[in-house]
Amino acid sequence: MSSPNAWARRRYERGLVYTEQRIGGAPLYKWALRYVFPDHWSFLIGEISLYSFMVLIATGVFLALYYVPSGHQVVYHGTYALLRGQQMSEAYQSVLNLSLDVPAGLLIRQVHHWAADLFVASIVLHLLRIFFTGAYRKPRDLNYYIGLTILGLAILEGFAGYSLVDDLLSGMGLAIGNGVALSIPFIGGQMASTIWGGQFPGNSAFFSRLEIMHVFIIPVLLATLIGVHLAMIMRQHHSQFPGPGRRERNVVGTPMWPAYALRAIGLLLATTAVLFLMGGLVQINPIWQWGPYHPYLSENGAQPDWYIGWLIGALRLMPSWELVIGGHTIIPEPFWGGVAFPSFVFGVLFAWPSLERRVTGDHRRHDLLDRPRDHPTRTAIGAAFFSWVFAIFAAGALDRVFFRLHLSYTGQVHFWRAAIWVVPVIVYFVTRGWACALRRSKMHPLRGWQGEIVHHDRWGAVTGFEIGSDGPDPEPTEPPTGSPPDG
Amino acid sequence: MSRVIGFLIALRTTWRMLRGRGPAGDTPPPDAAPHAPTPGREDPSRRELPADGRHELWVALLLFAAAGLALSFIAVLALDKSNTQLLGLAMGGALLLLAGATILAGKLVVPQETSVEPRDALLVPEAAQEVSALVHQGGDGISRRGLLVCAGCVAGGAVAAAAASPIASLGPRARVLHESPWRRGIRMIDETGQPLAASEIQIGSFYTALPEGEDSELFGAGLLVIRLPTAMIHLPPARRAWTPGGIMAFSKICPHAGCAISLYRYPTYGPTSTEQPAFTCPCHYSTFTPADGGNVIFGPAGRPLPQLPVMIDTSGNLRAAGIFDEDIGPAWWGTRRA
Repeated sequence: MSSPNAWARRRYERGLVYTEQRIGGAPLYKWALRYVFPDHWSFLIGEISLYSFMVLIATGVFLALYYVPSGHQVVYHGTYALLRGQQMSEAYQSVLNLSLDVPAGLLIRQVHHWAADLFVASIVLHLLRIFFTGAYRKPRDLNYYIGLTILGLAILEGFAGYSLVDDLLSGMGLAIGNGVALSIPFIGGQMASTIWGGQFPGNSAFFSRLEIMHVFIIPVLLATLIGVHLAMIMRQHHSQFPGPGRRERNVVGTPMWPAYALRAIGLLLATTAVLFLMGGLVQINPIWQWGPYHPYLSENGAQPDWYIGWLIGALRLMPSWELVIGGHTIIPEPFWGGVAFPSFVFGVLFAWPSLERRVTGDHRRHDLLDRPRDHPTRTAIGAAFFSWVFAIFAAGALDRVFFRLHLSYTGQVHFWRAAIWVVPVIVYFVTRGWACALRRSKMHPLRGWQGEIVHHDRWGAVTGFEIGSDGPDPEPTEPPTGSPPDG
Repeated sequence: MSRVIGFLIALRTTWRMLRGRGPAGDTPPPDAAPHAPTPGREDPSRRELPADGRHELWVALLLFAAAGLALSFIAVLALDKSNTQLLGLAMGGALLLLAGATILAGKLVVPQETSVEPRDALLVPEAAQEVSALVHQGGDGISRRGLLVCAGCVAGGAVAAAAASPIASLGPRARVLHESPWRRGIRMIDETGQPLAASEIQIGSFYTALPEGEDSELFGAGLLVIRLPTAMIHLPPARRAWTPGGIMAFSKICPHAGCAISLYRYPTYGPTSTEQPAFTCPCHYSTFTPADGGNVIFGPAGRPLPQLPVMIDTSGNLRAAGIFDEDIGPAWWGTRRA
């Protein structure tokens, strides 16, 4: 061992002794260093959400140092010639200055925006993975509820974030948000008037309120829930797919130190790298092109960030049903698409684990994951449900289809009002048939692996060959009755 | 920058330490327990790697290259602050190289092992019973337990309600939602502040009007003003006098979700066309026909577009001839409907 390394190791051990004398965390460190991660690509999706959240915090702090939360109207005299002399809010002016004058300001803002899109996208993909592999079953149902709450908060956080800018696009989004809040039966009027401090677009304190939601309240909730989410995973250990040597009561994989830690840091860096490359090279939300918001202005072709698309789709598809009794608007129209629809979707997702337990009578603990075809009915219901949500999401972009393909917008809306009910039925039967066929064939989808395993000793000398294939599964790793009745 | 360098040194040091630790740590039995997999069923992802100097060299090269790109980020920032593309390339590239180095190190340089850990039984019945007993013992000897719990809940609820009640001061009572700046006699001006003259209003276009002397940022401020051929207009009897010379005014705020309406379609193509002039909101494409008083012909809006009576003053400018007889903006519990 060369002497610089010996020196580094001595330094490190001295530091360890220092903290041990004061905290005594060695057993915990040892446990954490030996913590086992099962290897599967789909487990990395959740990690990507965590890493994009870290990028959001880091870039968000930078943005918050420049943002002025004020709706006070001023006249712009900044560097962007096309907007000079225009009346705009101080909030919008501060984001213009941040984007056009602050060194690296636009880069950081675009990285932040891309990271927000990636954050929600990876949570949704993670949710799909959890759903279709049955990872929400006991004991992980509690953590699944936390994950769903994180998703709901993430959507709200993203909406609050791009609403802060007070450009034309965000003003239109806030107007719709106000309309949706007003539409809540009985309490909506007072609720919106309380949040906005009066009639839309709100009193002078509104942007301070929105900012404190976006930079403090929701991020603290998110960080806390993410911490609890991870702590619960580590307490229960990761679930794992069935495979050789993998059982309900063990976990097989790569220990944290050193290989997994390096790979995880690598994924963190790769996620950040992609976000910085996108933030530098791919323009997102060019706010100077939208111009300032005033309540009497709007623009055609406004599309929200993708994770609001399902709500826009629902608001656009919904027929004009308004329930009015005795002069009182009991249920204003935006309630259906803006409140009832997302509440239903989240309600179904929250209720699913206990619904499944009740229907199947399976109250056992599960630490081995299902492959989607193992439960054709669950997979088919899930695929149908998510295709219903996705069809409504896609219907939010019908105006783009009209622009590109000149298909009548009204015709498309009438078609999709019916089609969103037909699509899930077709998806249900196709998925179910597919899953059952796969189960019968015992094939492994997407993995026609066939090859030769070469065994080495640790010095690289070949010790043996073996013809391998991804053929029929090994015998069931644990008989169904063998699961311990844990609670 | 110092962070990056610090990270590089730390990474290098830890990695060297691991190399120095020798082979003892990297050959655990994968599954020592009773269920050891049969040799023919080994997981093909399990592998042992020989130490290979080339991989270590690659990692070091990637790390140095990352340092170079990170330094170039600072250089770009110093020389050309507004070059978002170069900044993104430099930082993204540096991070990408770092990612490559760490993943390469994680996969090819440090020892690879597959390890097996048992899972804990989460529910240990005795432990749960002990907890339950401890909690229960805390109430030993208390006779009026129900009363105390009840009183505690009442007190907690009341204090929570008191603590939450200042929320009410965040906003005024919902009746402010009825407000609109338009009253009889208020002159209509355009976005530049010039009065709108009746003679300016052409058939086939729409104009945005704002109330003179009022805050143009108010929700109800914006109006859509159009002129239609009088033969085309079919209004209820009560609104007959609202459209002098075929000039009509409507709230610009969509009664569906509150966006400003900014699309107007005036069909000029032939007498056989059944299309009527119509306003469309660009948010959810609610479509209203002004000729019959703003009725909804398509889209989600639940009620017609509110109409404002118009008059032409002696100097030929447009003024409001009254108030909206219904609320503008999205519907809520207390919305006044026409």
